[in-house]
Amino acid sequence: MTVQELPGAAAYRPTPPPAWKPLTDPAPLLPDPEPYRVLGTDAAAAADPELLLRLYAELVRGRRYNTQATALTKQGRLAVYPSSTGQEACEIAAALVLEERDWLFPSYRDTLAAVARGLDPVEALTLLRGDRHTGYDPREHRIAPLCTPLATQLPHAVGLAHAARLKGDDVVALAMVGDGGTSEGDFHEALNFAAVWKAPVVFLVQNNGFAISVPLAKQTAAPSLAHKAVGYGMPGRLVDGNDAAAVHQVLSEAVERARSGGGPTLVEAITYRMDAHTNADDATRYRGDSEVEAWRAHDPVQLMERELTGRGLLGDDAIEEAREAAERMAAGLRERMNADPVLDPMDLFAHVYAEQTTQLREQAARLRVELDAENEQHGTDDGGAGR
Amino acid sequence: MTTAAATAGERTAKARPATMAQALGRALRDSMAEDPSVHVLGEDVGTLGGVFRITDGLAKEFGEDRCTDTPLAEAGILGAAVGMAMYGLRPVVEMQFDAFAYPAFEQLISHVAKMRNRTGGAMPLPITVRVPYGGGIGGVEHHSDSSEAYYMATPGLHVVTPATVDDAYGLLRASIASDDPVVFLEPKRLYWSKADWSPQAPAAVEPIGRAVVRRSGRSATLITYGPSLPVCMEAAQAAVEEGWDLEVVDLRSLVPFDDETVAASVRRTGRAVVVHESSGFGGPGGEIAARITERCFHHLEAPVLRVAGFDIPYPPPMQERHHLPGVDRVLDAVARLQWEADH
Ligand SMILES: Cc1ncc(C[n+]2csc(CCOP(=O)(O)OP(=O)(O)O)c2C)c(N)n1
Repeated sequence: MTVQELPGAAAYRPTPPPAWKPLTDPAPLLPDPEPYRVLGTDAAAAADPELLLRLYAELVRGRRYNTQATALTKQGRLAVYPSSTGQEACEIAAALVLEERDWLFPSYRDTLAAVARGLDPVEALTLLRGDRHTGYDPREHRIAPLCTPLATQLPHAVGLAHAARLKGDDVVALAMVGDGGTSEGDFHEALNFAAVWKAPVVFLVQNNGFAISVPLAKQTAAPSLAHKAVGYGMPGRLVDGNDAAAVHQVLSEAVERARSGGGPTLVEAITYRMDAHTNADDATRYRGDSEVEAWRAHDPVQLMERELTGRGLLGDDAIEEAREAAERMAAGLRERMNADPVLDPMDLFAHVYAEQTTQLREQAARLRVELDAENEQHGTDDGGAGR
Repeated sequence: MTTAAATAGERTAKARPATMAQALGRALRDSMAEDPSVHVLGEDVGTLGGVFRITDGLAKEFGEDRCTDTPLAEAGILGAAVGMAMYGLRPVVEMQFDAFAYPAFEQLISHVAKMRNRTGGAMPLPITVRVPYGGGIGGVEHHSDSSEAYYMATPGLHVVTPATVDDAYGLLRASIASDDPVVFLEPKRLYWSKADWSPQAPAAVEPIGRAVVRRSGRSATLITYGPSLPVCMEAAQAAVEEGWDLEVVDLRSLVPFDDETVAASVRRTGRAVVVHESSGFGGPGGEIAARITERCFHHLEAPVLRVAGFDIPYPPPMQERHHLPGVDRVLDAVARLQWEADH
């Protein structure tokens, strides 16, 4: 655009603003236009076969875990289960890229990631069974409590990673969040803090298409969720979330970058939730069969199985072996979940403060009296324990 | 409103703090010097030393890693503090003003207050959240809220508020040392007041959860805390001329609540007025009055009264004096306790 100079305008020409330059070059932060894939591409040939086989076994187990947990809801053994069927590649890869000293910050849907990291499946399910909020010691396993308020675990991951770095530990935190969760303010604040502090954090967004019933298009107008990264000054990466090898590779690079002081990365994994939001949800109200079928053809377990069999790395025996291992896990889980948890109602007051307040002591005494009366009535004397 | 900041004040290492602001700064400094896991973070707490200069000099003395200017994001600040505490640090978070702590409520209520409980005691969070609160400083909108009732209503938090220079030091030290999260409410209109009703003991660490009788009397008990303590002390002084001998209890800690000290006082005097500047409806006074009634009903010679701020959003500065309960309003309430001739 050319500006026509008015006569005498030069006399009024304002001083230009002081020189401005961007803080960072945005170009390298932008995600590639296509989600990164390994399986079925040349990159697969370069991948470590042992890693692929491990991922496969874990995928089979993970799928079985999801179907078993869902079945437990039907038997009334779990209050609710938000299935990650269809998303196992993300769950497994997230768990496997971390070293023992690293921390996982799962959302409420990520029980499987916690189990794949080594957490006892029953301990991982206490929240959803309803007997305990968190059935494990987060410090012991370096798994934060499964987080229900969306995105609120993300700033925790940043703070923890920051603290670790201040202490000189090369610990990385990997935080998981759904596509809906990226709209929460805490998502923004966490990413901003992480980038400014160069905190060793990896944010993994599982974009499974829906937040309960709300599709991505009603959640954001951004080109992709990975594109949001550039606004914070961190790289955004897009990956095929059903391709376990690709998710593993992209997350590994992000973890490596974080560990070596390169700061945070935002990874968006494009995946799909095959089951309803939870066992209590009716997904037919907001999505059609054809969409679900299209994703069924891109099943993460099948993708890996086809890759491995196609390359002669996996035979029928090995497939059978993986399935049997998964069945054993499921049978064990079923059996243990069929036992009623033993609960002590007095625990209600035990962990509110380091030292019980007078008020809580009085309330605990009140409950004690009620329980004693109850026990007397029922002729039981189990000290108030039991369901 | 960031202009009301105190001048830095001389930081002679040994001198007893003269103002509450200095005492708070000293408490932070001493805590950081003693325990390397204590970290201060918040908006403008570093180079500037906080808009009230409470953190003045900390970044210089301990480095920016220990006293950190964060991005402007209250949920982010408190959320990051949660993660830091998970990794073994003791974060002390500064919320710039009472009404700007609200964006962090989700973190405070869902995580800070509950983490110990959620994890069956495995993961306590030793976080101190410092919140300058209350009015009387001529602040414009959103700079004078008294938010204590919100905090009190959340199990898992300690809620502490000093009214004296010594308590500011002692209670902040105790809060930082506490393995539980503490919401530390700083009555900002007392930041620079030098008036002090504490005994002339040296500044000491004060355990959380004990109320103190600031003035003993026989006719009635004024129960108060934080910014309303000076009002009550003045009221008690003024009441003497009219033959009233008022006891003044400074709660210091709203959670845990010191039922014993309060009940003992009310049983002695038989009458009680709860005084605070936050709104009355649904406010702390209702809870306190109920507790007193439950414990002291047969000792009461009059209903427990409340003197509180009106049930209105905090008014503009030119009107705030009408809202804040002053000496006259306290004395009116005392008169309504139906004085017998023998008082
Ligand atoms: C702060 C908050 N608001 C609302 C909810 C209720 N809720 C639970 S899951 C969910 C949808 C989450 O969608 P998304 O983040 O995409 O994760 P996904 O369920 O797909 O794994 C909602 C709205 C919540 N848990 N937390």
